[in-house]
Order: sequence, then structure tokens, then C-alpha cells
Amino acid sequence: MKALVSQSFAARRGERVVVGMSGGVDSSVAAAMLVEAGYDVVGISMRLWGGDSDGGCCSLDDFLDARCVATHLGIPFYVMDFRDAFEAHVVRPFVAEYLQGRTPNPCTRCNQFVKFASFWDRARELGAQWVATGHYARVRRDAQSGAAELWCAVDDAKDQSYYLFAMRPDVLAWTLFPLGDSKKDEVRVRARQLGLPVADKPDSQEICFAPDRNYAAFVDRWAGRPSPSGAIVDETGEVVGRHAGVHRFTVGQRRGLGLSHGEPLYVTAIDATTQTVRVGPRSSTVAAGLVANRVNWLCAAPVAAGTRLRLKIRSRFAPCDVTLEEATREHFVVRAEAGLSAVTPGQAAVLYDGERVMGGGWIEQALACPA
Amino acid sequence: MGIYCDHNATAPVRPEVVDRMLPFLREAFGNASSVHAAGSRARCAVEEARASVAALVGATPAEITFTSGGTESNNLALFGLISPETSNCIVTTPIEHASIREPIAVLHERGVAVEQLAVDTWGRITAVSEHVLQPPAIFSVGWANNEVGTIQPIAQIAAACRQAGHLLHVDAVQAAGKIPVSVDGIDVLSLSGHKLGGPQGVGALFVRRAVTLRPQLLGGAQERGRRAGTENVPAIVGFGAACRLAAAELGGYMESCLAMREELWQRLTGGLAGVHRNSPLGTTCLPNTLNVSFGGVRGEALVAALDLDGVAVSSGSACAAGAGAPSHVLEAMGRSSDAARDGIRFSFGRGNTTEQVERIAALTIAAVARIRAVRGSGDDA
Repeated sequence: MKALVSQSFAARRGERVVVGMSGGVDSSVAAAMLVEAGYDVVGISMRLWGGDSDGGCCSLDDFLDARCVATHLGIPFYVMDFRDAFEAHVVRPFVAEYLQGRTPNPCTRCNQFVKFASFWDRARELGAQWVATGHYARVRRDAQSGAAELWCAVDDAKDQSYYLFAMRPDVLAWTLFPLGDSKKDEVRVRARQLGLPVADKPDSQEICFAPDRNYAAFVDRWAGRPSPSGAIVDETGEVVGRHAGVHRFTVGQRRGLGLSHGEPLYVTAIDATTQTVRVGPRSSTVAAGLVANRVNWLCAAPVAAGTRLRLKIRSRFAPCDVTLEEATREHFVVRAEAGLSAVTPGQAAVLYDGERVMGGGWIEQALACPA
Repeated sequence: MGIYCDHNATAPVRPEVVDRMLPFLREAFGNASSVHAAGSRARCAVEEARASVAALVGATPAEITFTSGGTESNNLALFGLISPETSNCIVTTPIEHASIREPIAVLHERGVAVEQLAVDTWGRITAVSEHVLQPPAIFSVGWANNEVGTIQPIAQIAAACRQAGHLLHVDAVQAAGKIPVSVDGIDVLSLSGHKLGGPQGVGALFVRRAVTLRPQLLGGAQERGRRAGTENVPAIVGFGAACRLAAAELGGYMESCLAMREELWQRLTGGLAGVHRNSPLGTTCLPNTLNVSFGGVRGEALVAALDLDGVAVSSGSACAAGAGAPSHVLEAMGRSSDAARDGIRFSFGRGNTTEQVERIAALTIAAVARIRAVRGSGDDA
């Protein structure tokens, strides 16, 4: 049995920790907990998006909140520009994926390429080895080897481990998630006790760079060309409608198809090469399993084929039992005994052993159920 | 104890200045326009300060109008001199401060023609005499640049303007108190209090006697009708005191700043490869200003790293949110967009010592080396 030490505060007292501060409750409390733990804490707001006067994400108001919290905590604070990395690794792929008929997951890519890449680099430029964020997740470290493991947060409802599967293991080893052992309501209580000026700020939910949730309009703006229209086709191959671009659809979607049909129809597949959206009854959205590629393992080696694990294919998704059929460094294939509803290419497929994240990949295709 | 090396952003208020100001925040609180004794005391203090400001730049007191600072002075100069109906052209440079660029952009939208004088790789205006224009044009030029310290050949520009019948506005906010500044040949000149040891929130505009200026703030006869509003007496008093000190100490100040500037440059280039000087050499640059780009080093990272080490400097490109965009000054000087984003400005002042320069150099060298190691690049310049 490995000895796993409690992990949220693995740095030694006095070590410098750079904490990402958004101006929200979670990252503010995370920063406060790091200060209490005796670290040399430096706060940074990441400027990811937008101009000087934009509302929503990265607005000057958010930075001002973060700056006031940092002042309240008595820590140095800086706003740093990560707009180039964010556009290149998050926004442009988001648009490209939608245009390829896939449903992107920008938060995971932001964690992979910006927060736990460029931001970690910046932390080390400032003489820190450790980074911290207000994510709800836990890092556990093997007392002997120091190898880091990613675990679910204690608060199931807030757990964000799904979005963190693509973190590089070497960065994970230097990452602190102070909120991993806390419940959200405890965090709000802490914020009030600490007198943080942001204690009652609402949680942010939507994708930060498209706060109006109108992703199709966002993609249209960025595509730089009109989206090709195409056919909506049912399971018999009959054209049952037209659509104004595949990026308006996601597998499993029922609303907004503009179809009148006896039984409810769902998007079952999207083919961007022919601009075809396939629809079918609910039963047709259930797959036997999936293929994922661009896999990131957060364990020493790929898990052996035949292992039973738990799988999440969306953030709000109760993990289901699966059997790993194939696993290499780059890809895996899993089958779910009970089937998987709405396997959505472009989303993350994350494998759990109990509460530990073993790794994950990007969904490439669904495996059809036997007829 | 930290080291402050950002005097072009603002300079500490000198203790003598604070002492002069304090009575006017306490018992001598009068309104300078009031007829009673309290008002008279305030009025006398304001006029004494006006004389001190005028003396610093070789003007007469009646030609000095107090404002809220350099930005207001520049706005008042441009909007006060130029009316779209009468002025046909503004001539300026691409390296001016935003408080000149933005008013000029607004005037341009209103129909005023704008011409840009070319600058060389050090930010120096290359040709004035060849500039052929229908007078009367209005020239608006910064005496010394805030980001890189480049000093313009103001005497030549003034002579050319006079010969051609143009009006000349000079933004001397960064120059005054750092190099000799005289209003000779200049029609309108902007000054700021806090760059030379006075308090923030006060500035002045020199307006030559014969020049007509339309006020931009209306609602009172203060400042000979050029700028309505109750005078900020404590700040004006402090500004005047700072001008007297600056004038008296100018020679020694320039000598010691120049020595620190060059000492820092020697140490940085001795300790690091890929150090690019953005500030000009010798006396074509403010004696206190050294702007440098370190190849492969993001300006915002180095500014923060030095701040954590207790050294306050700035990245010339710092915008309101504190996140970097390329500096328009360095871009106009032909620097690459990386170098233009990453220029670091060291600006010395009276409080700095040679020991501090050694420490600034050592900490900068260490921080640059650390940042380059993270980036995995030595000198990518």
C-alpha cells in the first residue's frame, strides 16, 4: 500500500507559490488558504481575452476585484497577458472543431495549454516552482517517489477533475489545489469570515470568451466565411430538413432542429465533409463504447486492457462503469456494459479508478451498438 | 527596503515640499479668490509658486496657468489653440504621450489635417526644415520622451517654426527638472508637478503673452480666465517649491543621474548577452532614463520579477489593465514587435545611490537569466 500524504499544501512553508486569481470567490479563498499555510504567495490575473473595455471575462472589473482581494491578503499581485496563447490554443481550435462537426471543450484546453503551461512558465520566471488555482480537485503525492496523482474533489457537485485530465504530469507535481478538500458552501463561508470583498459574487458558468452562450454566432464571426448549409437526414437516409451549418449542432441535441416529426428526434452524428446532420430516435444516441485519442495518462503507464474503470464523457455526467478494451500511449477504446448516451466527438473522455483520474483522451468516435 | 527606479512615472514628493504644503492643508485653507485674510494668504502663496514655476523655464509669471497636471495641460494646449475652423494642420511625431495623441486624433476626426514628423531609430526627429507647409500650422512635440528619454532638438524646431510662422507647443512634462528647459522660441509649453518632486494633481501651461488660447474649463475667472475652478492651493504651493529645488540642483542632479544610468548600462551589458538599448546615448537622452529590451524576456515578467525583489521599474508598454501591448514609441523607432512589447524602463531620481545601481543590476541579471532558462532560450535576439 502506497503512502499518500495530504496534498493540498504540499509546498514547504516560505516557498513561493503563484496563484491564479480571477477575482471570483474560489480563487480568492484559495489564495487566502495559501497565505494561511505560510507560503510566499504571489497573485496573478491571467488576461486571456478581450480589449480594455469589454465586459464579461477578463474585464477590468474582474481584475480590480482580484487586485482588491490581493491587497486585502497583503500579497503582491500582477495582471499578465496570455492572450496570444489563449487565442492560439483555445479560441481558434474551438472554432475549428465546431466547423469539423465536433463539440469542443475549451476549458480543458485552457488548463492544458495556458494555465498549466504558459502560466506555470510565468510562475517559474517569477522564481516560483509551485502554481495554485481555485479548481476543485485534489493532487495526491506518493510519499516515496513524489509522483503526483490527480483525484476528484471532495465536493462531488463542484468537482473539476474532468477538465484537468490533460495536465502534464510534471506540472501536476508542482500544482496545489487548496479547495480540493472543501465544499463550495464552506468556501463561501470562508470568504465571508475572511472579509473578502467578493464573498457573494455569483459563480461563473459559461464559456468565458462567449458569455452570451451563443456559440454558433461566435463561430460564424470567427470563421471568416459563411458556413455551408446542409441536409438533416434520418436513419432511412431521407432528407427531413435543412440546416445553416454543422457547428450549430452537437450529438445528443434535441432542441432547435426545426423538425416536426412524430417521435422526438436527436442528433446522432455530424458529418462535416458532406455537411450532413443525422438524426434518429433517442435509442440511436446510445453507443456501446468509444474511441479516444490524443490520450494523456496520469499514471505511470497505460492502464492494462481488460481493466474495469469508470468513465466520464461530460462534466455533468455520472461516471459509468466501462471496460478498457485497448490502451496505448496515444489512444484507448472502452466499452460500457450499459451503453453510453450521446458520445460526442471533441469532448473529453476521462477514466477514473475510484476517485483517481487515470488519464483521458479526446473522443474520436462512438462504437455502434450491435443491431 | 525597496529601491524605486521609476521616476518617469512619478517621483517621490520631496520632504521640503511636503513641509511647504502642510500649512495649506491645515490652517491656511483659504480660497485664493476670497477677499478676506485667509484668501489673501492663499493668493500670495499661489503667486509665489507661479513665479517659481515661471523661473524654472524662463517665463514670466503671467504666462503660467495652473492645471491639474500634464494631461490637462496638453489637452488645454491642443484644444485651446486649435479650432477646426481656423487651423489647417497639426504637425506632431509618432512617439508622443497619449495626452497628445488622443486629443490630436479627436481634432483629426473633426477635420484638422495631421502630419507626422519621421523619427530615427533613437526616436529623434530627423527633418524639420525640409517640412514645407502652409502656415500657420501648429507643431506639438514632446521635449523628452517618457518611455525612452529621447531629447528632441527643440531649439532647431523652434527656429524652423518661427521662420515659417508656425505655432509651437512643447510637452516638457518629462524634461523639466531633468535638463535645462527654456521657453525661448516656444509658444505653449506643458509642465507637471509630480515628475519633478512636487505632488500629483498639479501642472501648468506656459502660454506666451501674444498667443490666444480658448479656455476648456468654464465657470470662473481663475487663472486669468484660462482655466476656471478653485486653485488647488496646497498642490500649487508644492509644485512651486519643487520647481525652486529642481532649478537649484539641476547640475548635480544631471551629473549623478547620468553616472548611474551609464553604470547600470555597463553592468547589464557586462553581465548579460542580448541586451538592446532603446534609449539614445549621451546627451540626446534624459540623464535619468535607460530603456532596455532583453532578448527572449517578456517585459511584464521582468517588471514583476524585479518588483518581487523590491525593485520598482516599469515596462513602457504598461496599459491601464497592466497587461502588455507593444509600445507605440518603440514601434515608431523601428523595433520588432517583441522588443517593442518588452522594453524595460529604468528611470533614476534623487533618492537613488550607486549602491542601489549595483543591486538593481545584480537583481536584473539574475532575473533575466532565470526567465531565459525557463523559456529555454539564451539570446533569441
